[in-house]
Amino acid sequence: MDPRLITAIIVVVGVPTVLIGYIVLTEQVLRLFPERLKPKIRPWLWLAPALAFLIVWLVYPTIGTAIRSFQNSTGTKFIGFDNFVWFFTNPATIGALKNNVIWLVVMTILCVGLGLLIAVLVDRVRYESVAKAFIFVPLAISMVAAGVIWKFMYDYQTAGTTQIGTLNASLGGLGIGPIPWLQVSDFSVNTILLIVVMTWMWTGFCMVIISAALKGISVELLEAARVDGANEWQVFRGIILPLLLPTLAVVSTTIIITALKAFDIVYVMTSGNFDTEVMANRMIKEMFTNGNFGRASAIAMVLLLAIIPVMALNIRRFRAQEAIR
Amino acid sequence: MTAPAAIASTDGVATGSAKRPSRFGRLPLHVAVVGLVVIWLIPTIGLLINSFRPPQEVTQSGWWTAIFAPAQLTLDNYVHVLNQSNIGQGFVNSLFISIPATIIPVMVAAFAAYAFSWMEFPGRNVLFVIVVGLLVIPLQTTLIPILQLYGPKGLNIAGSFLAVWLAHTAYGLPFAVFLLRNFMGALPKEVFESAALDGASPVTSFLRLALPMSVPAIAALSIFQFLFVWNDLLVALIYIGAASPQNQPLTIVVAGLVNSLGGGWQYLAAAAFLTMAVPLAVFFGLQRYFVRGIVGGSVKG
Amino acid sequence: MNQRSTRPIGRATTLFVAIGLLAAACSSGTASVAPTTAPGTAAPTTSGSSPAPSTASLAGQTVTVIGTWGGDEETAFKAMVKPWEDSTGAKVSYTGTRDLNTVLTTGVASGVLPDLAGLPGPGQMTQWADSLVDLGGVLDKATYTSETSAPLVDLGTVNGKLVGVFIKTSIKGLIWYDPKVLTVATPPATWDDLQKLITDNKSKAASPWCVGVESGAASGWSGTDWIEDLVLRQAGPDVYKQWYQGKVKWTDPAIKTAWQTFGDVVANSYGGGNTVNATNFANAGDPLFKTPPGCLFLHQASFITGLGGFKTATSGTDYNFFPFPDINTQFTGAVEGAGDLFGMFHDTPASRSLMAYLVTAPAQDVWVKIGGAISANKNATDYPDAISKRSAELLANSKIFVFDASDLMPSAMNDAFWKAIVDYVKDPSKLDAILASLDTAQADAYKAQ
Repeated sequence: MDPRLITAIIVVVGVPTVLIGYIVLTEQVLRLFPERLKPKIRPWLWLAPALAFLIVWLVYPTIGTAIRSFQNSTGTKFIGFDNFVWFFTNPATIGALKNNVIWLVVMTILCVGLGLLIAVLVDRVRYESVAKAFIFVPLAISMVAAGVIWKFMYDYQTAGTTQIGTLNASLGGLGIGPIPWLQVSDFSVNTILLIVVMTWMWTGFCMVIISAALKGISVELLEAARVDGANEWQVFRGIILPLLLPTLAVVSTTIIITALKAFDIVYVMTSGNFDTEVMANRMIKEMFTNGNFGRASAIAMVLLLAIIPVMALNIRRFRAQEAIR
Repeated sequence: MTAPAAIASTDGVATGSAKRPSRFGRLPLHVAVVGLVVIWLIPTIGLLINSFRPPQEVTQSGWWTAIFAPAQLTLDNYVHVLNQSNIGQGFVNSLFISIPATIIPVMVAAFAAYAFSWMEFPGRNVLFVIVVGLLVIPLQTTLIPILQLYGPKGLNIAGSFLAVWLAHTAYGLPFAVFLLRNFMGALPKEVFESAALDGASPVTSFLRLALPMSVPAIAALSIFQFLFVWNDLLVALIYIGAASPQNQPLTIVVAGLVNSLGGGWQYLAAAAFLTMAVPLAVFFGLQRYFVRGIVGGSVKG
Repeated sequence: MNQRSTRPIGRATTLFVAIGLLAAACSSGTASVAPTTAPGTAAPTTSGSSPAPSTASLAGQTVTVIGTWGGDEETAFKAMVKPWEDSTGAKVSYTGTRDLNTVLTTGVASGVLPDLAGLPGPGQMTQWADSLVDLGGVLDKATYTSETSAPLVDLGTVNGKLVGVFIKTSIKGLIWYDPKVLTVATPPATWDDLQKLITDNKSKAASPWCVGVESGAASGWSGTDWIEDLVLRQAGPDVYKQWYQGKVKWTDPAIKTAWQTFGDVVANSYGGGNTVNATNFANAGDPLFKTPPGCLFLHQASFITGLGGFKTATSGTDYNFFPFPDINTQFTGAVEGAGDLFGMFHDTPASRSLMAYLVTAPAQDVWVKIGGAISANKNATDYPDAISKRSAELLANSKIFVFDASDLMPSAMNDAFWKAIVDYVKDPSKLDAILASLDTAQADAYKAQ
């Protein structure tokens, strides 16, 4: 273990030192340039490490993905838009698209809403840390464990036998027969149940970030408002919410993208059966089970295109923010 | 609203959270909080109790029945997990992987976030939005090109920790930059302006002003980045994989507890609670940075 | 605020730490195990009845293996290789993962591969044939061919190159029952006899059949086994073969009949369609052992003995089986089987030695003895109980042996097949639509070949 311990120390101490050293060095490098050029070059030096990582690990593979989306399954010839046509005409993939929209809307509203609610509420109690920890626990549990947990929640046993699933047992207590929850595709009930699982996990995420932002709101501002006679709801709506808006936008954008990429829960719990299919699950199936890289890449490109509106909204938000600044 | 985001103007005295004595009694508040927490906990408690039961019992009766029949509870599942020969190695490897894979992206993102927030340059917003947009790229689409890069025809670092550190850094950067830029951008402009007037270089402003004031965001980010890396299976499986079993993290070891037909899931339950301890510890450890007033005192002087 | 002079300190630290980082990166882990010696230095070891060769030159080397086996399967595999490790001094390093497809797909594309690998199926094996080592130079082909049944040898051969060998096999379509509930004096020879048996014993259980198709990402596969057994016996092995080759449509009356028969079974199963779709295949047979029994029969492969309620039950007393009866007597004696394929990606002396060892009878006997497995090697006979022995004999003595059809179809078709089962169980009235969509999937999946 010893050599690895030394490696560990070198890395944990060395990496931050190297990185800070880098940033300090940039100022030295900038001395070589005339004064007026410095502000133009400096940002790029600061961005360089991040951009390097992103270009190599994310952009470069995506270029490959884009190219492959126009090729056949083994990448040997170009077939134009065939893969995209397949995606938009195949009933299974259209169903997945529809489900993703449901995921997007429901999960974002629930997750951000609940995260906000909980963050604001626990801010006012002394056992805040413990309460937040309990909400955070589902995220700390791996996806696979979460799948096992909720399989027990949604479990269905034949009518008339002992129910071991929490939901069906509760129904039994009320005298209602068991329902095979994950098979009920009417009104997308099963999709929503899967979203509940994901929301259960990610509300902790929303809550932690919103809570961090909440802590940055000055107490005096809130006290001043209260002294002026505002009640809690007015304080919330008039001061807290507007100040949190940028953070809520960040959290919402992240959750929207997470919902679009949702895969693990669907894979583990229903494998996309009973009309619960989502795009990411399909993409992975095409890629690794069917070996059809063309189609898998096409699905990935559709995902990329789907977030353009979200990103456009973000740009508008920044521009507005900066106008105020 | 004319005031900029009013963060960071307490007088250095942390007055704690915005508790206030309510004339209406705080019962509804407590009921709401405790109620929410309980709802959140029920599913987890179900699994926790089931992890102490033998699998035959689990498939025959609900977990709540064990509360009335505690005799069936057993530590067998936990013992089995802890007895795995490579569990200790896996734990150490997970730490080896997670800690640098948290430190690097947080720092690299901090630099980028500062540049995006406080430096003017053309295309700033568009570039930022593109960086954030990269968040949507499914990491499965990057596996083959990057593994080819890592493989014998490329850098030949497949199987090493460096491979996963770099990969996790890159995968974590879009969100990290997004989050940090949001926080840093909301810091009061006056602070940086007065620093610049005093002749401070951007590096000094960054190290002595921006970073300390962004500690809550950095703490939040660190919690999540650590958590995602700690619980990650796929990236480690592909980039470290079967070729370097001595470097495999806990997630791969735990995945090996279940056989190909799904049997052995009771060990998964026990393992889930065991492995969860570390991210929870990180969470509690960094909680203290989520305190009001951490930014106090920075406007003066 | 003074500007500190960080120049000299910054530079020095940076330099020192950069060196440290490089050192750390180089020492922090090894790259994938590269072939250790030049090829040709070790003669191919002979397979046969003797266990691993005593090449001491393998001491200290490691063979990396990947497979889907985990938990108790992993323990069994480790027990299987232990004699080899002991006699050669080399080590086997096994990683079990259910993401085997992902690992091997990315591995084949990038060259980062373990030495040996369990292969997901004959279809993928064919896809990766170029990366797999020709085992003709590793095994003594003559011995291997004599010890293994011909269809299994053929399945592992791609374009004349032997790239996959079977480490263990299973026989599908056994009908399990509880002898304490009903007595089966003579196994029913035909489907009609079976129906009569059901009618005679109707009162003894809530329903004739137990079926469970849930299986995570592979949900539906145990239903596909039903369809395959029915097609095999209703339409015969030739139609069966053409069917999995994509030359017989799903809407063909022969195939449709099989589905309809399966539909009848589901209609007469414990709990009906909802339960069938919600019950994991491993636990599907549990109602057999309940009081009062939930069902009379379970259709499942030989490996069920290690799962669910079977695991804690006593072989022979609590459960027994008879083979799937004939439907069309023209096709009597047909048996469907499946197996676990292994292949080799890196040609190293240690890998060769291990591979040669794995196909021998003593090696496979280890797992067979643990239970729940049938050996691919005809000479492995260390079965722990009469039931395992019988199922192995059934497989070895089958007149017509076919491999699991869905495993032989292209993965996209296989996947659609699984999903179709789930959809059909949910709503049997949609059979025609389901079969039509399978035809579309078929046209698509086989075209890509």
